[in-house]
Amino acid sequence: MKILKTLLVTAAVSVAMMATAQAETKKIALVVKALGIGFFEAANKGAQEAAKELGDVEVIYTGPTTTTAEGQIEVINALIAQKVDAIAVSANDTNALVPALKKAMDRGIKVISWDSGVAPEGRSMHLNPSSNPLIGNMIIKLAADNLPEGGDVAVLSATATSTNQNVWIEEMNKVLPNYKGINVVATVYGDDLADKSYRETQGLIQSHPNLKAIIAPTSVGIVAAAQAVTDAGKIGQINVTGLGLPSEMAGHVKSGASKSFAIWNPIDLGYSATMIANDLIGGAEAKPGAELKMGRMGVVKLDDKNEGAMADPFIYDAKNVEEFAKIF
Amino acid sequence: MADVQTIARHIPDRLESRGARLIKSWETLLVAVALAIFLVNSFASPYFLDPWNLSDATFNFTEKAMIAFAMALVIISGEIDLSVASIIALTSTVMGYAVQLGFDTPALVMIGLATGLLCGAFNGLLVTGLGLPSIVVTIGTMSLFRGLSFLILGDQAFTGYPASFSWFGQGYVWWVFSFEFCLFVLLAVIYGVVLHKTNFGRAVYAIGNNQTAALFSGVRVGRVKFVLFLLTGLMAAIASICLTARLGSTRPSIALGWELEVVTMVVLGGVNILGGSGTIPGVVLAALIMGMVTFGFGLLNVPGIVMSIFIGLLLISVIALPILYRRFRGRRSH
Repeated sequence: MKILKTLLVTAAVSVAMMATAQAETKKIALVVKALGIGFFEAANKGAQEAAKELGDVEVIYTGPTTTTAEGQIEVINALIAQKVDAIAVSANDTNALVPALKKAMDRGIKVISWDSGVAPEGRSMHLNPSSNPLIGNMIIKLAADNLPEGGDVAVLSATATSTNQNVWIEEMNKVLPNYKGINVVATVYGDDLADKSYRETQGLIQSHPNLKAIIAPTSVGIVAAAQAVTDAGKIGQINVTGLGLPSEMAGHVKSGASKSFAIWNPIDLGYSATMIANDLIGGAEAKPGAELKMGRMGVVKLDDKNEGAMADPFIYDAKNVEEFAKIF
Repeated sequence: MADVQTIARHIPDRLESRGARLIKSWETLLVAVALAIFLVNSFASPYFLDPWNLSDATFNFTEKAMIAFAMALVIISGEIDLSVASIIALTSTVMGYAVQLGFDTPALVMIGLATGLLCGAFNGLLVTGLGLPSIVVTIGTMSLFRGLSFLILGDQAFTGYPASFSWFGQGYVWWVFSFEFCLFVLLAVIYGVVLHKTNFGRAVYAIGNNQTAALFSGVRVGRVKFVLFLLTGLMAAIASICLTARLGSTRPSIALGWELEVVTMVVLGGVNILGGSGTIPGVVLAALIMGMVTFGFGLLNVPGIVMSIFIGLLLISVIALPILYRRFRGRRSH
């Protein structure tokens, strides 16, 4: 009888302790477009890192099996029911998630979007991986860093009407005077087609014998350009750089056709989203001009649409590309 | 011949008593499964037994179940309609287009229903008029209807639905009972009565069991089938109105892959995929089971892929168990 009593008391106490421990743990849900995608698994790695650093945060990594808005809404409804403290979502649909996320906010849940945004009425802030000025600066910096004496560089873009690429090139031209001795001699368009990008690169190599670097701010173009440089036997003379995916670029970095390139780091993105969600739970307010804390990534400053840029694109080179090639 | 007697003899219309049949029926099995899932969920998560949470969870299945009722009738009659999800997409797109032209809620609903009926009529004409197999026709229209909505929308989205329109997907009739859930119950009753209590329902079973015999018995097979395809079109349109109102926007990828979930619901509900048998209560139970499993797993943050595996296993076992049982009993009696 006594043993039973002791057991019961112990059980009651441990249940009570668990309850208080749970009450203190903040639950942050990282909702992704679909499970089983390397990019998002990496973001989860970053989110878990943030949770460990914060100590009192539990990260719930979840998402639908296919990239549908309906699937994400089912997930969000289940999270609302669990009374999580915050939802950080990479949306499959800008508009369709708004009613579900509004309901979450009505019930006191902090909602942010990251990577792929939600319309402003459905979230308190959106975290972009980077910003146009930061990207524009990064692509020219990557070329200039390997050209201490300066030289001719050319740009291989997507289509002449690609909004993203045009804005980045415009931003690049703004900061060009900061890089002494670097001349942008040509801008050609590969239309984000592998074969056309390859031919345009061949044209650049022939018409500009002194070409030292090719900047391709498109993941299709950068691979095609690296291949064209390799095939022309110009490795070591012409450095291909820009924005690309580690899995597609690892071989070209290894061969030396590309010394380095950049793209956002999904680990940092998941980490920062979790940190921002934690900051909002802690009472920080997401409003234009506000600065939210992102732990080791510094702070994010919100613009007038409550959007913020995380950081410079992350640089991948021979030291780290193999590791990230496994992720995305 | 005054000594000829007429004896009223009772001829049973079924071989087993009502009670025995009920115990062995598919629906009883489904009720048991549903109760088990309900109990497991209640114990597994402290958040399950909350009226508002359960109310939110009903949205997981109401729209699909509305289509499943009409689909059940189509499958019982020996046909299938795989274009329902694409009818949702096209209906939603046409309604979205109408919003841009400035139409208000009543007009939008009428336009939506008309679009669904037209799609259904198109399917029905191809199947009954040209005598094409419904599986081929509706695989074709599945691509056609969604293709049209991609053509109209591209990578854009229609938004700006009037506030009164959103009531169909987000409104509540009373307390926790949403409009969608009430409509689901109402439609379940209507379809239950139509299938089980009317001549039309009898005709559907007759066609599914033996189309030729039904034809020679005076059942207008073509007309009944045409009406069934009209009904799936209409139900897809109603589901589309609810879903569009719930999402507040239209994209051509809306309701992608729902046709298979609807068919799963129907088959899980005990409707013979080859036609001839099945009940509406069975489909209602299957809808509740699928909704509760989705929500219960969501509460425990179980990845969706585990959900798919569970539904797959449930489907196979629910179909295999009665067959195994029959085989086992057959062996013992010999």
